[in-house]
Amino acid sequence: MTAADTKSDTMTGAPIPRREAARLVAGKGHYTDDIDVAGLLHVAFLRSPYPHARIDRIDVAAAQDMPGVVAVLTAADLARVCAPWQTKLALLPSHVSPLQSPLADGEACWQGEAVVAVVAATRALAEDAAERVTIEWSELPAIPDMTSAAAPGAPPVNSAMANNLGLDHAITTGDPDAAFRDAAVVVEHDFSFDRQTGVTLEPRVILAEFDPRLGQLTVHHSHQVPHQMRDVFAAQLKLPLAKVRVVTPDVGGAFGLKIAAYPDEMAVAAIAVLLGRPVKFCADRLESFISDNHAREATVKGRMAVDAEGKLLAMDLSVVSGFGAYSAYPRGSVGEALQAVMMAAAPYRMKSLRGRVRGYFQNKPPSGVLRAVGQPIATTVTEQLLDLAAQKLNLDPAEIRRRNYIDAAAVAARSAGGVVLSELSLERCHDRLLKLMDYDALRRDQQSLRKAGVYRGVGLAAFIEQTAVGPQLYGPQNVRASAQETCRLTLEPDGSLTCASSITDQGQGTRTALTQIVADELGVDIDTVQITTGDTQSTPFGGGAWASRGAALGGEAALRAARRLKQSVLTIAASLLQAETSALRLSGGVISNTAGLPQMTIADIAATASFKAHLVPLGELPPLEITESFAPRELPYVAANGIQAAYVEVDPELGTIRVLGFWVVDDCGRVINPLLVDEQIRGGVVQGIGAALYEQCIYSTDGQLENGSLADYLVPMAGEMPDIFIAHMETPTSATTLGARGVGEAGTVGAAAALWTAVNDALAPFGAVMTVQPFTPERVLDRIALAGTPPHDL
Amino acid sequence: MKAPIFIYKRPASLDEALALLVDNDGGTQVLAGGQSLLATLNMRLSSPAILVDINRITVLQGIEARDDGIRLGALVRHREVLTSPLVARDVPLLAMALPYVAHMAVRNRGTTCGSLALADPSAEMPAVAVALNARIVLEKKGARRSVTARDFFQGLYQTARDDDEMITEVIFPKADADEAFGFTELSRRHGDFATVGLAIRARKAGGALNDLDVIIFGSEPCPLHSPAAAGISIASNASDKDLTEIAATITADMEPMDNHQGRGETKRAQAATLLRRTLKDMQQRALALEAAQP
Amino acid sequence: MTETIVFTLNGKPMMADVDCRLHLADFLRHTLKLTGTHVGCEHGVCGACNILVDGRSMRSCLMLAVQVDGAVIETIEGLTESGKIADLQSEFVARNALQCGYCTPGVLATATELLEQTAPTREEIRDALSGNYCRCTGYHAIVDAIEAVVKKRQAAP
Ligand SMILES: Cc1cc2nc3c(=O)[nH]c(=O)nc-3n(C[C@H](O)[C@H](O)[C@H](O)COP(=O)(O)OP(=O)(O)OC[C@H]3O[C@@H](n4cnc5c(N)ncnc54)[C@H](O)[C@@H]3O)c2cc1C
Ligand code: FES
Ligand code: FES
Repeated sequence: MTAADTKSDTMTGAPIPRREAARLVAGKGHYTDDIDVAGLLHVAFLRSPYPHARIDRIDVAAAQDMPGVVAVLTAADLARVCAPWQTKLALLPSHVSPLQSPLADGEACWQGEAVVAVVAATRALAEDAAERVTIEWSELPAIPDMTSAAAPGAPPVNSAMANNLGLDHAITTGDPDAAFRDAAVVVEHDFSFDRQTGVTLEPRVILAEFDPRLGQLTVHHSHQVPHQMRDVFAAQLKLPLAKVRVVTPDVGGAFGLKIAAYPDEMAVAAIAVLLGRPVKFCADRLESFISDNHAREATVKGRMAVDAEGKLLAMDLSVVSGFGAYSAYPRGSVGEALQAVMMAAAPYRMKSLRGRVRGYFQNKPPSGVLRAVGQPIATTVTEQLLDLAAQKLNLDPAEIRRRNYIDAAAVAARSAGGVVLSELSLERCHDRLLKLMDYDALRRDQQSLRKAGVYRGVGLAAFIEQTAVGPQLYGPQNVRASAQETCRLTLEPDGSLTCASSITDQGQGTRTALTQIVADELGVDIDTVQITTGDTQSTPFGGGAWASRGAALGGEAALRAARRLKQSVLTIAASLLQAETSALRLSGGVISNTAGLPQMTIADIAATASFKAHLVPLGELPPLEITESFAPRELPYVAANGIQAAYVEVDPELGTIRVLGFWVVDDCGRVINPLLVDEQIRGGVVQGIGAALYEQCIYSTDGQLENGSLADYLVPMAGEMPDIFIAHMETPTSATTLGARGVGEAGTVGAAAALWTAVNDALAPFGAVMTVQPFTPERVLDRIALAGTPPHDL
Repeated sequence: MKAPIFIYKRPASLDEALALLVDNDGGTQVLAGGQSLLATLNMRLSSPAILVDINRITVLQGIEARDDGIRLGALVRHREVLTSPLVARDVPLLAMALPYVAHMAVRNRGTTCGSLALADPSAEMPAVAVALNARIVLEKKGARRSVTARDFFQGLYQTARDDDEMITEVIFPKADADEAFGFTELSRRHGDFATVGLAIRARKAGGALNDLDVIIFGSEPCPLHSPAAAGISIASNASDKDLTEIAATITADMEPMDNHQGRGETKRAQAATLLRRTLKDMQQRALALEAAQP
Repeated sequence: MTETIVFTLNGKPMMADVDCRLHLADFLRHTLKLTGTHVGCEHGVCGACNILVDGRSMRSCLMLAVQVDGAVIETIEGLTESGKIADLQSEFVARNALQCGYCTPGVLATATELLEQTAPTREEIRDALSGNYCRCTGYHAIVDAIEAVVKKRQAAP
């Protein structure tokens, strides 16, 4: 075997560094704001200072006269080129979000909503001019919090709405009443999750260029789903789809925040069309906080019924979720709340579930998706209630979980919330985790330290992660969000390969994973595979990056394309060599016969097929450009599973929490590249720790964001984060040939829950249980004070 | 956001700089490390007409030992103080506090005097200056005065400095052999401004602590020099209970502010815990030092 | 108001006219097209804009461009070209200590200065990195990468 041979044989599963990493560490990233275009204009928005107000008059005259100003635009100006839009979900007809336009039209419904766009030669000049715009406002009643939004007779968040209730949905599985009646133990707890926001390190950025002669709009966009945005821009700006190109260059973090069509970004595209000149908008951090989609704001009343053996019987959940002023376009804002119920107890055998979900509009930024959508809430509620039940039954938290995991081998089981599960490995993950963390030693440590007045806690959180979501999620809702991924694989005349994929990569490493898959399947050196993503002009139509789909679905499409391309190559080779296809092997770029003797290279085939096709003794030349699409059709998604653990120390006098250690055992099926997977999980864990300990959008009662700067909205920093140890189980999914499940959200699905159970375990001697995340020092102290018990032995 | 328009001046001498500050009611501002000022400019939270960049004025540089103490010029950066052997030896409290100030890159540029001038209620340097009663030297065209730190800080972002004055240096008294110091703070993440913090100086006799100066900051509009602490002596054999009582007496002086870091009363309780622990730690260090002496 | 500045940029003398209100990060990115320096907040918190000024890491969003007159500036482009941090960079790549890469140039500037200290421990590395936000990774791989370079540099003669 040649060296190349060995290399290609071990590609999938190998820790191959990402090709773009070498570029990024050299400062050669190519992010949207790095792009310069001749004659580029810059946009600054004047945003509503009020959470709810009527716009009586806008005077732009003084601003228009400022140096460098090209245009000062309002809703009416942009209405000439951009149609309003409305978020609608076919299956939830009561989810009525008002019409939206790029700039607030007559009424602003959240503090931060864009009202006037100033276009100038530089951003600084645009901001100077924005200060000269005068707007006459009439303040309207503001409804920032969910409770006041729900109050009978509450004024509407938007005058176009009858009331603020945007979702009221109930599900019942099994017989929850009977289960609660017959239970040996019933536990209940209230949970509250503060509003968060994604804080991508690169803010939202968009650069739009319109060529009026060609009628062509080109948008460079820091975004996750270029094909969706192409569709949206074309529809709203009334351009043919073919005349819109969306490019997503390097993207500095997305996390779901960059999946929506934002009004201010629509405004930028509209301005480009209106002025026929290139324009750029780069959100600054202060406006990010008040204009990026937020997420998570929810309260949950949870109850759990358990029998005397600790077997989970039923859960009863009442979820209230805050939508903000509009339902995010086009995917809606309901995911968080629905998932919070649907994913309840997903890793466990449980027959009965009752769930009620209500969502209210509020005078706050719209809430959208944020990594793991609703799943962290469901996991937190389930895991915390389980611990409370274990406590009552005097069972070890590990033991109660061990008794309840859903049958691992079962194909297509369903959780009580309707989650489709197959080929899981919860028990194996559990056992592996306890070893990895040395659970018993930590418990001993905890016990002995308690005597010394040191309060440590161990927290577990088993989880199911919905990955590789298919068309069954948005299709039935009539939301135009593609769920399939497509790969167009081309054998170039020199024998190299070009793989154009519909997936996008914001650093997850999907591009690398795809090249590994293609190189392996075709038996070629990975360096000969070029990959193209993130450009609607050069990549096939498809989903992009959402719901942990890149490697699982994009990878499957790539694998299928590679298989067919290999067939083509071998067919041509066989005809040239006068051999049977089955007698040939393709490896290391070389085609060999049964005896293992090299006959020709893939480059020979490419050259012959490209330039001397007349020499190929076949009636028809097999295609050397293959396009394959994949979306799971039988399954709505491919569930992955795992378990996480946190070890924490709580200072009961200061209320501070230190995370001492963190462990994850994850099963994402076939691991294509452990290097990519591990840090993905860790990044997700850190975001979950952030949610549990730090992150909150703090609103005043009158609807002003009070901590809207990076100094005041706390995100996790290196100093406070623990080392995070990862291990894998590999249970390939049979839903695809590739066998990979997603992993992008795994860390976030369970990390906050592990923090909840760990912190509450540490607080157990005080009889205190946290109810509101994040766990600020004051909240910890308040819970201890409320419990009122001096620390006692357990 | 981008900074609004201003006039930029970079005088080469102190006289020139002071001349630029004459007759000014806040529209002209000194630019030292810029680690606070430029951030507020970038947010358009302030819009000075003129910035006087003092970074070229060499007489403002340097850490020096003088008869009356250790002098830090207005251009001495946090990093210089943190790594100065002179400071570590003669002003140990300053050295103890600096690791709590921001992060490496900010410390490389931000100045001690800038921090004093800004008088952020959660900043460490003002608290240390008050604990040691440092002398802050204020100069304006044709006049120079020095104000003790205890008179300098007057309220939330309020100091004794007039708009036409510049802090040219600060002088910290050298520690005596029998002095003991303690510094601690509670912050959400390391390097963040303090929710509540303490800077303590005392005279030690064995494990006993006398002549206490306890400064509580972060929770108060400006560093609070506890009046109650002045009359307290802590015996070598003080029990946890004694220390708890002492901490309660001292923190009763606080008038803590409510904010996102917590209610005032929460901070009072946190301060009491920090105080009890820090006093104990100071006692233990004093005893350990004594035991180590031949 | 503009001023003429003369300074050393990545080892070469440089002269430019700058608008006084322009911060250094925007000057590097948009005037000089050195887009390897990133901007994540413009208020000194995130560290994405960290570069080396006279050998020390600093927030380029919290300096005015006009202030670098006479200074020696090294950006990620210069650090790369000089080969000075090649070991660090390759360790970052090998350990995938980055995802989107937006934080990376700033992290590398911090690490460059940190590595001049004698053998920082894991805790010291974490502490030094606290001025650099990374929203994608779990920091773990970044700490690993820097720690590995500490060890390798120590082992080297
Ligand atoms: C991310 C981050 C975290 C930080 N964390 C902390 C922290 O934990 N603790 C802390 O204490 N600080 C912290 N800081 C602030 C930092 O220490 C500042 O550098 C310091 O507060 C101000 O010093 P400066 O030299 O940068 O002043 P500048 O920003 O230049 O000036 C600040 C103000 O003081 C005035 N001024 C400055 N020097 C003088 C002078 N000599 N005479 C008269 N007026 C003057 C200026 O006109 C201005 O109004 C942080 C900053 C950042 C960006
Ligand atoms: S951009 Fe300078 S610190 Fe964030
Ligand atoms: S890799 Fe994305 S912010 Fe660090």
